[in-house]
Amino acid sequence: MRKRNQRLIVIAVALGLLSLAAGLTLFGLRGNVQYFQSPSEIDAKARAGQMVRLGGLVEAGSIARDDAGALIFSVTDGAASKSVRYEGDPPDLFREGQGVVAIGRYQPGAVFEADQILARHDETYMPREAKEALERSGLWKGPQS
Amino acid sequence: MIGEAGAFLSILALVLVAAQGVLGLLGHARPGLAAAAAACAQAALACLALAFAALVSLFLSSDFSFAVVANNSHTAKPLIYKFAGTWGNHEGSMLLWCLVSALFGALLTWFRGGLSHGLWSRAVGVQGLVTLGALVYTLALSSPFARLDPVPYQGGDLNPLLQDPALALHPPLLYLGYVGLSAPFSLALAALMEGETNTAWAKALRPWTLVAWSSLTGGIALGSYWAYYELGWGGWWFWDPVENASFMPWLAACALLHSTIVTERRGSLASWTILLAIIGFALALLGTFLVRSGALTSVHAFAVDPARGTAVLVLFSLAVGIGLTLFAWRAPTLMRPAGFAAVSRESFLVLNNLGLAIAAGTVLIGTLYPLLIEAVTGELISVGPPFFDISFSPLMAALLLAMPIAPLMAWRKGALSAALRWTWPAGLAAGAAVGLGLFAVGGGFWVGLGLGVGVWCLLGALAYVWKRWGQGGPRTFARFLALPLAVWAMTAAHAGVGVFTLGAVIDTAFKLERAERLHPGDSIDFAGRSVRLVEVVEAEGPNYIATRARLEVSYQGTTALAAPERRFYPGANQPTTEVAILPTLTSDFYIALGEAAQTPRGTAFTIRFYRHPFVRLIFWGAALMALGGALAIVALALRRRREAMGAGFFAAPAPAAAPAE
Repeated sequence: MRKRNQRLIVIAVALGLLSLAAGLTLFGLRGNVQYFQSPSEIDAKARAGQMVRLGGLVEAGSIARDDAGALIFSVTDGAASKSVRYEGDPPDLFREGQGVVAIGRYQPGAVFEADQILARHDETYMPREAKEALERSGLWKGPQS
Repeated sequence: MIGEAGAFLSILALVLVAAQGVLGLLGHARPGLAAAAAACAQAALACLALAFAALVSLFLSSDFSFAVVANNSHTAKPLIYKFAGTWGNHEGSMLLWCLVSALFGALLTWFRGGLSHGLWSRAVGVQGLVTLGALVYTLALSSPFARLDPVPYQGGDLNPLLQDPALALHPPLLYLGYVGLSAPFSLALAALMEGETNTAWAKALRPWTLVAWSSLTGGIALGSYWAYYELGWGGWWFWDPVENASFMPWLAACALLHSTIVTERRGSLASWTILLAIIGFALALLGTFLVRSGALTSVHAFAVDPARGTAVLVLFSLAVGIGLTLFAWRAPTLMRPAGFAAVSRESFLVLNNLGLAIAAGTVLIGTLYPLLIEAVTGELISVGPPFFDISFSPLMAALLLAMPIAPLMAWRKGALSAALRWTWPAGLAAGAAVGLGLFAVGGGFWVGLGLGVGVWCLLGALAYVWKRWGQGGPRTFARFLALPLAVWAMTAAHAGVGVFTLGAVIDTAFKLERAERLHPGDSIDFAGRSVRLVEVVEAEGPNYIATRARLEVSYQGTTALAAPERRFYPGANQPTTEVAILPTLTSDFYIALGEAAQTPRGTAFTIRFYRHPFVRLIFWGAALMALGGALAIVALALRRRREAMGAGFFAAPAPAAAPAE
């Protein structure tokens, strides 16, 4: 009897913890998934308020600062480009013509407001989203960037 | 010549570990074969150590006729980073993986403990096969001894972000942790094959688990500390796939550490312990796969190769497949009646295990969910850090509430009231911390809860020392010093969790940040400090050019100089940011130099200032945890020696006097 009770308690606690974790997991996944978009697709596919990872290359000659000091640049996949605004300093390896991922909440409009900019960590690495954007637009020519 | 010798030695090691595997598995009934397996394991370690030394010497002499040296080194690089560069790349780090695995193989032969012959022989055999898998992969797909033709005049340099003391140590520690989990895995598979688990087996499991867990703790903490000061804004954890890859094995090792205690002391939970050992090593292999394949987007991703990822996945499937199949087949024969009450030390340790396993599960889901969605819908997604804050943190907070109580419980049948007798002061202090977080500093619910949990864990850990000190006599200083090392080990680790929690909560909730564009001569006031940009100069390092700012920071009547830099490494064609940190007792004042811009007044520099309150507690907490693990290893070794001496003692003629305890 005692042994069975004990097993029941263990199972009950395990189920309790599991359902708590499952609930939190589902709740967490609902609001925190970031969808990859390429510059060609973003305005057609992204919904307002959705977390988006915009991938591609930093368009040559597009880097500037606006009046408020925010960084302005364009992300391109060769076929189309999208303007991005980011308040703050970009990562060290943020450069013209290099792969970049801009993360932010999408709102319809000309400019994508990014909360975070990812560039590369080293010279030979290309962010996966940047590569994917170039592949989709047919501009990808192997691992050399 | 040295390189060819290295390649030859690693192929020799491959043959030796294959022999170790076969002989070890066959040797469970034949001691002669087992002894041969042990000899193979030791010889393999010698071969791999020499092969690794050969690779180190190639790096030290900048021999660019080897591809791995040419791609990752540079003649102008400081000597220490030429040395550390040996494992700062894929090929070298895989050879290190093999070396560590062979090291554990040899250690298993030297430190047999009280293992029965069959268990010991088979564990050595399985460990040999693990090393074999890693070596086949290394030599076939990522040989560090591949030559390069034509030979370049200069190397491509090590990624400058990695040219850093913390990151020079980070990979070896992490690998000691990852690969350290292969020893419990080998012992678990040996137990399944022998159909035998006993106290000696559980005892043998603990030191390896402790080594792995402590190394992982140290490795992760170093990586986190590095991210804090090297990436330029003071973030120390990002819930990035590469970080999760090391965190999941850590959680599993932590659970394993606690379940082996139950198996050793009470004989129960044996099959669960075995399962955890298998899962722990599986997660370590999964971690290697995630880091090496580039299947997931990571801010820490370095150059990756999908073919290598596939091969690691094959190794992973082999280890997990064989492990779990054996488990399903043999575990039912290991079932033991578990006799303990619903409230007891055992039940709390079961709670710990359930909680840690489920926590690892949520991290796993968050990490692999993008891969699943991509496979099903073809859509490319990522899971953001808020997911982990929502799913992982509440679970962990609930788990930590139980942590201080568990050690105060009696085995078999305990009472909550007895535990509360010791922990009520900690409970009161935690309540006060919750109130402080909610009302005094205005942090909100989660900050209040976090502070409460931190204080509860820290003081609750000390309550255990207080209880043990008073056990069986007055609390004299002599009796304080005589407390067993094992008590301090656990207290340090548990208190470390509390210290870490406090640091993490306070820094996350109360850090301050400000970015300002300053001309030389300009001043600003921030976080109670007055800062003046004195000048910005160009400086030259051994293999980089630096733009260095000099700032005067006045704080409470004293003025300190800070010199944050932006460096450019021509060899790697890559810039880095070197921040300046002025620590005080309660916070770090953190300064990062940004880019230059031309204004009508001349050249201005964007400088970012941060105040990170109590951020050092995060790293001190982790250091305490690792120290706890190290102390526990020493305590185990001392106990083993005492037991061995005790055995000899009773066999010897009657002693003249009782030994001093």
